[in-house]
Amino acid sequence: MELTSSLGLIAPEILLSVAGLFLLLVAAWAGDRASSAISIAACVVLGAAFFLVAPSVCAGAAGLETVAFGGQFRADAFAGFAKLMIYAAAGAALVVAPAFFTRYAAMRAEYPVLVLFGTLGMSIMVSATDLLTLYIGLEMQSLAAYVLAAFLRPDQRSAEAGLKYFVLGALASGILLFGASLLYGFTGTTQFELMRVAMAGPISTGTLFGIVFVLAGLAFKISAVPFHMWTPDVYEGAPTPVTQFFATAPKVAAIALTARVALDAFGTHADAWRQVVIFAALASIVVGALGAIGQTNIKRLLAYSSINNVGFILIGLAAATPQGASAMLVYLVIYVAMSVGSFVAVLMLRDEDGAPVERLADLAGLSRTKPALAFCLAAMMFSLAGIPPLFGFWGKFVVFQAAVQADLVALAAIGIAASVIGAFYYIKVVKVMYFDEAVNVVRDRSDWAHWALLIISTALMSPLGYLLTGPLSVLADRAAASLFFLV
Amino acid sequence: MIEIIVFAPLLAAIVAGLGNRGLGNTVAKVVTTGALFLSCALSWPIFLGFLGGTAEPGVVPVLHWVQSGSLSFDWSLRVDTLTAIMLVVITSVSALVHLYSWGYMDEDPDQPRFFAYLSLFTFAMLMLVTANNLVQMFFGWEGVGLASYLLIGFWFRKPTANAAAIKAFVVNRVGDLGFMLGIFGLFLVFGTVSIPEILVAAPTAAGSSITFLGMRLSTLDILCFLLFIGAMGKSAQLGLHVWLPDAMEGPTPVSALIHAATMVTAGVFMVCRLSPLFELAPVASTIVTIIGAATCLFAATVGTTQWDIKRVIAYSTCSQLGYMFFAAGVGAYGAAMFHLFTHAFFKALLFLGAGSVIHAMHHEQDMRYYGNLRKEIPITFWAMMAGTLAITGVGILDVFGFAGFYSKDAILEAAYASGSEAGRTAFWLGAFAALLTSFYSWRLMFLTFWGRPRWALSEHIQHAVHHGHDDPDEANPPRQENSDMGEPHHVPSPDKGDGTAGYHPHESPWVMLIPLLILSVGAVFAGFVFHHQFIDSAAFWNGSIAYDEHLIHAMHDVPLWVKLTATIVMLVGLFIAWLGYLRDTSIPGKFADQLGPIYRFVYNKWYFDELYRLIFIRPAFWFGRQFWHAVDVGFIDRFGPNGVAELVDKGAYAAKRLQSGYLYSYALIMLLGLVAATSWFMVR
Repeated sequence: MELTSSLGLIAPEILLSVAGLFLLLVAAWAGDRASSAISIAACVVLGAAFFLVAPSVCAGAAGLETVAFGGQFRADAFAGFAKLMIYAAAGAALVVAPAFFTRYAAMRAEYPVLVLFGTLGMSIMVSATDLLTLYIGLEMQSLAAYVLAAFLRPDQRSAEAGLKYFVLGALASGILLFGASLLYGFTGTTQFELMRVAMAGPISTGTLFGIVFVLAGLAFKISAVPFHMWTPDVYEGAPTPVTQFFATAPKVAAIALTARVALDAFGTHADAWRQVVIFAALASIVVGALGAIGQTNIKRLLAYSSINNVGFILIGLAAATPQGASAMLVYLVIYVAMSVGSFVAVLMLRDEDGAPVERLADLAGLSRTKPALAFCLAAMMFSLAGIPPLFGFWGKFVVFQAAVQADLVALAAIGIAASVIGAFYYIKVVKVMYFDEAVNVVRDRSDWAHWALLIISTALMSPLGYLLTGPLSVLADRAAASLFFLV
Repeated sequence: MIEIIVFAPLLAAIVAGLGNRGLGNTVAKVVTTGALFLSCALSWPIFLGFLGGTAEPGVVPVLHWVQSGSLSFDWSLRVDTLTAIMLVVITSVSALVHLYSWGYMDEDPDQPRFFAYLSLFTFAMLMLVTANNLVQMFFGWEGVGLASYLLIGFWFRKPTANAAAIKAFVVNRVGDLGFMLGIFGLFLVFGTVSIPEILVAAPTAAGSSITFLGMRLSTLDILCFLLFIGAMGKSAQLGLHVWLPDAMEGPTPVSALIHAATMVTAGVFMVCRLSPLFELAPVASTIVTIIGAATCLFAATVGTTQWDIKRVIAYSTCSQLGYMFFAAGVGAYGAAMFHLFTHAFFKALLFLGAGSVIHAMHHEQDMRYYGNLRKEIPITFWAMMAGTLAITGVGILDVFGFAGFYSKDAILEAAYASGSEAGRTAFWLGAFAALLTSFYSWRLMFLTFWGRPRWALSEHIQHAVHHGHDDPDEANPPRQENSDMGEPHHVPSPDKGDGTAGYHPHESPWVMLIPLLILSVGAVFAGFVFHHQFIDSAAFWNGSIAYDEHLIHAMHDVPLWVKLTATIVMLVGLFIAWLGYLRDTSIPGKFADQLGPIYRFVYNKWYFDELYRLIFIRPAFWFGRQFWHAVDVGFIDRFGPNGVAELVDKGAYAAKRLQSGYLYSYALIMLLGLVAATSWFMVR
């Protein structure tokens, strides 16, 4: 009985793994000729998984009936909410890929399969309620990601990105594992529930170290300062569809996982880890903003932008309240849409020969050569800068609101002040597009999928997005409540 | 109906202003002028209704405006006798000026803008006079100030016009501050900004006192004084008068409408509107009387020495406003309003006539280069004659008189009859100013229309003769300001013997002459027809101003010599002008030589501008520069925007340097971060 209900709860993961294995066989059998068919199949699988998860999110599933395998896995509304974002972002990464890889004759059948496996890993991560489940999910996602980063093997930068990501990722994994073993040693359990019970009362130094090490390992995944150093290099080197994938799905998974670990397993000692999170949040905001200013490559700029955004999300975590968790989820939805939109816009930029354009200076005069594209990208930038009435403002607003209500007024104030620095480089992109003289002719060789994604994300970021605030807040609140639902 | 009167000009201004050149000159002109004639046509029945005693005062609500705590007021349009008078004055003069501008501005490239501003002005002025609360009045007050600024600076390529516009605006702000403080004070004392409520509650505040600037002062006196400061600014009273002469940089129709007939009388209107309040403030009323009389005399003296035809009329306006104020100061609000009413007609007439002369003389404004124009432009001449007869107050007691005869006489009689010391002083100053008024008005007429032609000396005329009469370059009259210079700067040229330089002035087109003729009718008959109602009829005023039966009786009982004073001094002034400018033209020169210092003092406008430059403008600029250099650049910029930007720049550089691309340094930073976090918990 317990097994049947557990299997029911992990149905999306089962679907993903079975489909992944099956498509891998197909890829081995049919080769790269079948790559587009496999992409479509992978998209269908992700869509199916999406609809498997959706009911639990809408219902706000929480409590005992969401616990599977004796407390190792939980399919509650919080996990479901994150999974929906992950599946959608993975689907977007699949949709944009063919147009990019075709140019390099590198559209391999493995790409959709790797994305599927990565997605499976993330899916496990967000549902993990045990250190071992956590680690399995994390590594599954990471291994797929290392390969994806180096997907353009002939390209030196891509190979370098893969290697850097791998080495530093291994280091981070080591730190995480060390922390996990400390926690196990001092609490005698790997399950979050039991760990929280065991930690009650005064905290021992060993447990504290364990918490710090685990959080540091996770901070690498969400690229929070000072564990962010890999981000710009990997984002720049990886093929752009992969970068888009990295900037969206794994971020959501890692942040959701961090939130669950911090609020569930370490929930009784929020005061202990809050300081670390506050530091990471502020450092990420400031370093993300400062680092972006000097960049000439759009992908690097967006990498720093993602670091900056993670800082704002961590403000929601620092609040350590259901409201803060809800604000994080709302921010994540907006962040994913903005990132997808920005990277799709970057993907659509091509020079005369059809080679991708990545230098900021090449955007000069885009408003005259490609007005629609420039307009969408400008909307993304203003939204990232958090300028009302664009929807990006709402994400920042809810996060700061959560911080203020958790009495973290100074944190909110500093965050708001630092977001001004961020506005500088976002608006600089707009300035380059709208006010600089065109030097290169930029053309877009984009297909309908690019335009569709770009238009959807622009529409979401436009003031129309505010129509969603009602349902979005309701779902996020329910998801956050399920996270705080003590079993 | 009143809504149409008030809002038609606004609508026209919006259409013409936003349509601008896309609309074309003709459409803009037709829309604005049509709206004004509509307003005018609707205003006269209202006025006649009050004149006949059939109309009842009322308030038409438009919108609720502000509700904040105990502060609450509406947009509403109040119509009573006082408003009705202002309605006909404003809409009639404005409509005629709109029409006149068809001819005067014919060659201007920016006509839609001009007409939009004119209509906007009219709207703001109508809001001012229909206000039922002080805030709406202030809205109109500021609205007319804005329109005045825009119109003085209408030829914005002309530096002197811009300077004059700014001067007018800044000087008016000084007055506005007083007005605002007055409004705040009234709200403080009475808890409302509604005019009728304040006037009803005013007697309860009589005798109370209030602390202002550390002094214990009578509440109503200080409030009325503050309000009067506002009126001084708008109505160019002594001290805050300096903007009015410079405002002549604007196009002449603007001078006629705004700086003669309507806007500058807003101060008088305001004092009359609040007259029950002023009645309870004897000290403030005395100040009003004295300032009014002083302005009246001061402006008249300056007017006698100016050469620029528009400036003479401008100082004349200033002086006539002084009459209105001292009439209000001694309690003869009816007489003040009557003079406002008649003055609007004859002063608009004089300005428009001067505009017609300037038009004929190819934008020459210096009267030294006029002469003998009565044969060349006869219609303008007769119109100006009517205006001059009106302003100098020609008339025979109890038979017939031109407009100014009745209104000015009433004011002088009231000043005498008031019996107070200030009133008597005002009477004598006013009587002397009347002499000067007569002198400078006839001087203007004689210099312009009689004597030998002196046109050949004018460079404008020279230019016209040599370059053809309708040179397109002359579309704008970019005239240099020359009144600051004692001597004409024009280059003398060989006279062809008759002083005409071969130039033939042309009479203005009919669109300009028709307004002149209509206003002439007003200047001739306005006094004769209306003086009974305005002066003697409490029923006509119907409570819209404080009406002192006592004073009116006293006015009728003044000695005969008082009644004749105005006529006598008028004749003296005429005689002196005839002597000096027709019979023996060398007399003025000799006179100026012998009384050099006095002449220069008066000619240079009593050195008010120089004095203000010394005590206000220079120190203000000095302070400005100090704040700019030391505070703004030295402190705020350095530690504010520039300092932060530099910090960010350095931070960005550091972040870039840290991102070396080497794996080991990345790993090191990660580990350092970890060590830092653990040590933090260790030492905590």
